[in-house]
Amino acid sequence: MLPAWNEEIALPLVLAELRDAVPEIDVLVVSDGSTDRTVKVARQSGVRVLDLPINLGVGGAMRAGFKFALVNGYDSVVQCDADGQHDPRDIPRLVAAAEATEADVVIGARFAGAGAYEARGPRRWAMRLLSTVLSRLVGTRLTDTTSGFKLSGPRAVSLFAREYPAEYLGDTIESLVIAHRAGLTVRQLPVEMRPRAGGEPSHSPWRAGIFLGRAGLALAVALSRPAPRFATPDHLAPAS
Amino acid sequence: MSGYLFAVVMSVVTLLFVVHLLRRRQLREKYAGIWLVVSLAIIVLAAFPQLAIRLSDLVGVETPSNLLFASSLAVLLLVAIQLSTEISALEEETRTIAEQTAILGERLTRLEDAADGAPRPGDDEA
Ligand SMILES: Nc1nc2c(ncn2[C@@H]2O[C@H](COP(=O)(O)OP(=O)(O)O)[C@@H](O)[C@H]2O)c(=O)[nH]1
Ligand SMILES: [Mg+2]
Repeated sequence: MLPAWNEEIALPLVLAELRDAVPEIDVLVVSDGSTDRTVKVARQSGVRVLDLPINLGVGGAMRAGFKFALVNGYDSVVQCDADGQHDPRDIPRLVAAAEATEADVVIGARFAGAGAYEARGPRRWAMRLLSTVLSRLVGTRLTDTTSGFKLSGPRAVSLFAREYPAEYLGDTIESLVIAHRAGLTVRQLPVEMRPRAGGEPSHSPWRAGIFLGRAGLALAVALSRPAPRFATPDHLAPAS
Repeated sequence: MSGYLFAVVMSVVTLLFVVHLLRRRQLREKYAGIWLVVSLAIIVLAAFPQLAIRLSDLVGVETPSNLLFASSLAVLLLVAIQLSTEISALEEETRTIAEQTAILGERLTRLEDAADGAPRPGDDEA
């Protein structure tokens, strides 16, 4: 599943790569109120597309995708950036890791040995802090809690279809807290990050300072929430 | 005396305006209630200034106008918080509807493709 917001440039390459690397999986692009040709480009390459009429943010797009997975009978979902930063060839490794460790959520993590991705300044401190706090919480070492490369197993899919947060950073940080609260296991797998295949990143470096404050707030709020509930397909849209 | 008259007129106008919005269904009762109560309270206070003085004696505020200022701030604060929570609820509803629309739209595309005999998404293409 690829959340995509105005990714017409990078998307075709990413989809072609996915088809080569993992032809056996079904691909879903969730276009989040894109104003460019994202939806058209995706339909042309024959993948399934959710076209959200308004921009809901990455978390909003993900919950829509999880609901889609649930009503269409998919039991596992891999979230992957639409800009080519994640290598599709890592997907089988994520799946294997999930099977081997019986984890419900497997994070494809930067800073974990593989690759040379570096974040700088406040953004880096924020990521460090988040990793420390969340690692302690879920009881395993997590080096990249804001990663957008994640596998969700059956239990995670049904949980996230109901509970995936739309808040800024909620999609990454709070979703881990929610998963942990619901008794799911979270593990990580080192992956390499590549540069964008094209198009613009959705955030600019100068917003990094704000990132720190909001990340802290998101975490604090997530931790103080009551425990989450699971979703079943009959709560959702008419099944096909 | 003209100051009182002005206050009474203003609050009567507010009251009538709220009722007008209500009748045209531009305002739902659950939001109108507080404004009706507030404008009625202002009318009563403007018509009987003695009431404000007595009230401030009762709660121990020296200047009656300060009591009015403080209570109006409190009311506005509560209303603003209530509106924020209503907006959050609305956003959640919008989100759910957007999800549903997208899921239904995808299903429709698939059904149309199947009806046209065109290759279905997921199948291999030339
Ligand atoms: N659905 C959705 N996806 C988004 C939005 N903003 C960014 N994305 C997608 O999220 C992924 C990561 O975005 P990017 O700007 O590269 O952030 P970074 O990888 O954390 O630097 C890409 O696939 C984007 O298309 C949004 O508002 N909605
Ligand atoms: Mg990116």
